[in-house]
Amino acid sequence: MKIGIVCPYSWDVPGGVQFHIRDLAEHLIRLGHQVSVLAPADDETPLPPYVVSAGRAVPVPYNGSVARLNFGFLSAARVRRWLHDGTFDVIHIHEPTSPSLGLLACWAAQGPIVATFHTSNPRSRAMLAAYPILQPALEKISARIAVSEYARRTLVEHLGGDAVVIPNGVDVGFFAAAEPRAEWQSGDARSEGGTIGFIGRIDEPRKGLPVLMRALPAILAARPETRLLVAGRGDEEEAVASLPEAMRERVEFLGMVSDADKARLLRSVDLYVAPNTGGESFGIILVEAMSAGAPVLASDLDAFAQVLDLGAAGELFANEDADALAGAAIRLLGDPQRRRELSERGTAHVRRFDWSTVGADILAVYETVTDGAASVAADERTGLRARLGLARE
Amino acid sequence: MIETLIWIAVAVVAIGMYLSWTAGRLDRLHTRIDAARAALDAQLLRRASVTQELATSGVLDPAASIVLYEAAHAARQAEEEQREVAESELSAALRAVFGEPEQVEAVKEIPGGEDAASELAAAVRRVPMARRFHNDAVRAARALRRHRKVRWFRLAGHAPFPLAFEMDDEPPVALADRPVS
Repeated sequence: MKIGIVCPYSWDVPGGVQFHIRDLAEHLIRLGHQVSVLAPADDETPLPPYVVSAGRAVPVPYNGSVARLNFGFLSAARVRRWLHDGTFDVIHIHEPTSPSLGLLACWAAQGPIVATFHTSNPRSRAMLAAYPILQPALEKISARIAVSEYARRTLVEHLGGDAVVIPNGVDVGFFAAAEPRAEWQSGDARSEGGTIGFIGRIDEPRKGLPVLMRALPAILAARPETRLLVAGRGDEEEAVASLPEAMRERVEFLGMVSDADKARLLRSVDLYVAPNTGGESFGIILVEAMSAGAPVLASDLDAFAQVLDLGAAGELFANEDADALAGAAIRLLGDPQRRRELSERGTAHVRRFDWSTVGADILAVYETVTDGAASVAADERTGLRARLGLARE
Repeated sequence: MIETLIWIAVAVVAIGMYLSWTAGRLDRLHTRIDAARAALDAQLLRRASVTQELATSGVLDPAASIVLYEAAHAARQAEEEQREVAESELSAALRAVFGEPEQVEAVKEIPGGEDAASELAAAVRRVPMARRFHNDAVRAARALRRHRKVRWFRLAGHAPFPLAFEMDDEPPVALADRPVS
């Protein structure tokens, strides 16, 4: 099958959607499909052979933060050329509502279009205002995919219609096979159950490190040998500022880590804590932690509860409640039996998120929409001349 | 005077272009519904065929075979008006027979059973997908057709008002759960 994938965000900037598209494209290529990804990228950035650059993305304030987006005549022309040259059987657009390549591709293409909705924004005024503008483009989409039940609900509320839920994929084997690192494991038997892991932007409050920092004194009071390992970008001084001086040495910052080190960290820790306070539509990190066999303790966001099978595959605590977090963490760290149980359940549960399953589901969607339809073509809007019957063809 | 006429002409042309564009939109939606309906039909037919094949293969006990055969046969032969009911009954029959993982395991053990089981699993997973895509297209078309501009100017022409396909498509637990492959 010839598949075109449209990525709305800059390929140079790491992000959940970009990683998802990269893994999906590579998975499909391994299965023998022809895949081309259209993504914004600087012209100097080295790109994998399957990525086509749609030009540089422009930083624009959008939706409360600065997003790097593509629009304008030049981008529209590149999208059109990509569609024309690609002769795809199906195109798969990610985030079609963001004012970037996704929307442009939706506008410019016809034929079987599949779209994945990643975010689950609460109903915003901008969305309401944009609805009449978006509708003609969105109604071209033959199949909608939401990454979680939660994302699907927001989609139904905002735009009406329906979507199938296919979760984000994870290479379970990669995480399961990673080698633990001794210095990230709890040392001797005495301090067994002694390392807590956290991965995420330090200076992004929504990732929840401040909640964990508020819970840490209670955890250290109960289990003084505990160490907290933090991997992620941000100001380390500021992050520990709220902690008493003596406790700061129990927190180790690892900075940005590679994928391999991330897997090894998750394999090593005794407990993975995800204290995110909101803005999550899926929670890929939880799936990665479970793949690596780490017991997970997460805030009870809708998206997280879904991923953790409503608490069966990992424990949940009341969102933003540092005391609840501390209580649960102390209990889990002192209970190897329960941690082993969570780890086993997690390992069984994550199989549904493995690329082999997720990829098969996405391919099933492609096949369903291509079954009854012709291939993708550039949407040549019928000109006035043609409509009046004057075109010479 | 002339100026007013020119303005009126410009307005009429603009409205005409807008209506023409809307008609194009509606036409595209109808094409999408047709494609989605064809895909749904294909999936339903595929599900019924695999079920019938399994029912006649002698793998299942006679009672289960008869239940499945009857349901699949009825679904394939159903008139358009009874289609939704017949397909729902096939879903119920499949759930009754393949409710237990043991039954699926038993099918997988016989020669060729692995293929049949995975084909049935694929079919019961794709029916809800195809139906959702179809009904989504129907909803979009209906929303546009209810609009004043479409009704007043009869932009939909003689195309029939699109109807959603409503059926019980809940797959059997043992088959819907991820195949261990």
